[in-house]
Amino acid sequence: MADVVHIPDEAEVRAKWGGFAFTAANKKKADGYIARYPDGRQQSAVMALLDLAQRQVGEETKTQGWLPVPVIEYVAAYLGMPYMRAYEVATFYTMYNLAPVGRYHVQVCGTTPCMLRGSDDVMAACKNKGLVKGGTTPDGLFTLNEVECLGACANAPMVQINDDNFEDLTYDSMSALLDALANGKPVKIGPQIDRQVSCPEGGPTTLKEMVDANHDYRKAWK
Amino acid sequence: MSLQDKDRIFTNLYGFQDWGLKAAQKRGDWDKTKDLLKIGPDAIIEVIKASGLRGRGGAGFPTGMKWSFMPKNPTPERPSFLVINADESEPGSCKDREIIRHDPHKLIEGALVAGFAMRARAAYIYIRGEYIYEAKILEAAVAEAYAAGLIGKNAAKSGYDFDVFVHRGAGAYICGEETAMIESLEGKKGQPRLKPPFPAGAGLYGCPTTVNNVESIAVAPTILRRGAEWFSSFGRENNKGTKLFQISGHVEKPCVVEEAMSIPFRELIEKHCGGIRGGWDNLLAVIPGGSSVPLVPAAQIMDAPMDFDGLRELGSGLGTAAVIVMDKSTDIVRAISRLSYFYKHESCGQCTPCREGTGWMWRVMERLREGKADVSEIDTLFQVTKQVEGHTICALGDAAAWPIQGLIRHFRPELERRIAEHGGMLEAAE
Repeated sequence: MADVVHIPDEAEVRAKWGGFAFTAANKKKADGYIARYPDGRQQSAVMALLDLAQRQVGEETKTQGWLPVPVIEYVAAYLGMPYMRAYEVATFYTMYNLAPVGRYHVQVCGTTPCMLRGSDDVMAACKNKGLVKGGTTPDGLFTLNEVECLGACANAPMVQINDDNFEDLTYDSMSALLDALANGKPVKIGPQIDRQVSCPEGGPTTLKEMVDANHDYRKAWK
Repeated sequence: MSLQDKDRIFTNLYGFQDWGLKAAQKRGDWDKTKDLLKIGPDAIIEVIKASGLRGRGGAGFPTGMKWSFMPKNPTPERPSFLVINADESEPGSCKDREIIRHDPHKLIEGALVAGFAMRARAAYIYIRGEYIYEAKILEAAVAEAYAAGLIGKNAAKSGYDFDVFVHRGAGAYICGEETAMIESLEGKKGQPRLKPPFPAGAGLYGCPTTVNNVESIAVAPTILRRGAEWFSSFGRENNKGTKLFQISGHVEKPCVVEEAMSIPFRELIEKHCGGIRGGWDNLLAVIPGGSSVPLVPAAQIMDAPMDFDGLRELGSGLGTAAVIVMDKSTDIVRAISRLSYFYKHESCGQCTPCREGTGWMWRVMERLREGKADVSEIDTLFQVTKQVEGHTICALGDAAAWPIQGLIRHFRPELERRIAEHGGMLEAAE
């Protein structure tokens, strides 16, 4: 569960977000999500709609986005469910931000597989660049959090920054990554070393034909 | 003995080639799927049973038997559902991610085959929220399959109507537990339900539901194409088939790789990972099945077969085959304590032994890490793990207890050494 966060002053938030509504494009998306569930089961779409709403807030604030209370109220009303049921969902799942975050939400995986391969160094690189765990840098650029296993363990250590994974990191490559983001330079998503996804470094030990062509192994079936 | 490329199911595991429908079809996916279904639901279940496939999500329950629990005559008012568990969150596990982003059509075809066999109306694929890029690919692959008439009305011209929907999670490990996943699918907090009723009786929306792991579903079409005998020709008795192993930690080259079940640990590491960092003498311990299983010391695991029964004999388990390797540079107490923190963080808060116990165990582990404890507290900690284990609705309590039990069982001298070094208990316990 999410650690307790400081939710901004309600009157201010309400003044700013009280009139929140999905854009036309997001409304279409939202209705598409609702259509995935049987009639009368539209509550199932609450997770997708909260995510959509958070992204819309993100676009409007040029950050990863967060969920002000009026926005959660809007989503609950959209689905015809009590506000409290939507609020429960928003507070239970860690990917919903209950307070504003920076332009880049740096989520360093610190669970054991990443720890074994040097997540301490990745964290140190963040701290050295002025990022503080649980906080946002004064320029509003970076929010840093340590998160639990993000499921890229064969490419540890890794961070997720907004929607993108950066894997096989070191102190130096993490520092370079943060510099690039701060200066608006292009970054390489995925492994930060010369490696194809979770394939062993230096080339595959299996299925070597696949490297150059879409090989059909059925020919070798008996 | 060694698995050959022609017998590997996930041929595009590393994504060297396109994941799209056309490329997948060239690799053999969606090839005469209609004919696979022709033998009928019960015959499909028989083939899966005969193949010896055991669930790939950790528990290792026979997949065919699980499917057979579903009602034979669902009604439109009370349809059956297949839920595919792609909420891959077990520390060490990263195999479903590779299936979804590089071979998504194997999963979607498997959904149709499995759904047809259990007479389900639709499949919901519950993918963890952090797999943002993977979910995009999966959504696109599902759209491709719909456009090609492979799923939807008269799926793959089989005469069977079957829908596949993607549902994204939002960052809660507990939703990998099947009843928590169902709660989450219904738009609630992911808190596990009491069993019984089991999902096959009353699951999603109160309807019969089977929850299967991504890998279990994705291998089904290939098993049907190649036959139960082919699949069961790999691995030891009761531990059949091929398996995606995910090796992380202190090996030279961590990777995900498909191998035959029961492959000896040493062979797995030598062949695909370039050996242990610093050589075999430098190996300290291995967590062979993801964070929830107890660790195994180096001497015991080196030549052990990597399968359900082989690892159970060592007091551990295959779990998801997420192999976390630790060499002698590892602070073993910190490594396990970090897992305790993970469980504290991920406890859903429903059952008291887990909600309170995970935090308590983590705090004691942190003190043990620095030796700020009394030797008797090791026994107290062990006792508490026993009080958490088996006293919660779901297995998260067990999963939090086992790594600590493994540590105490195998590394008690290390814990005692730290306490002695620190000079015993200096501060009052919390």
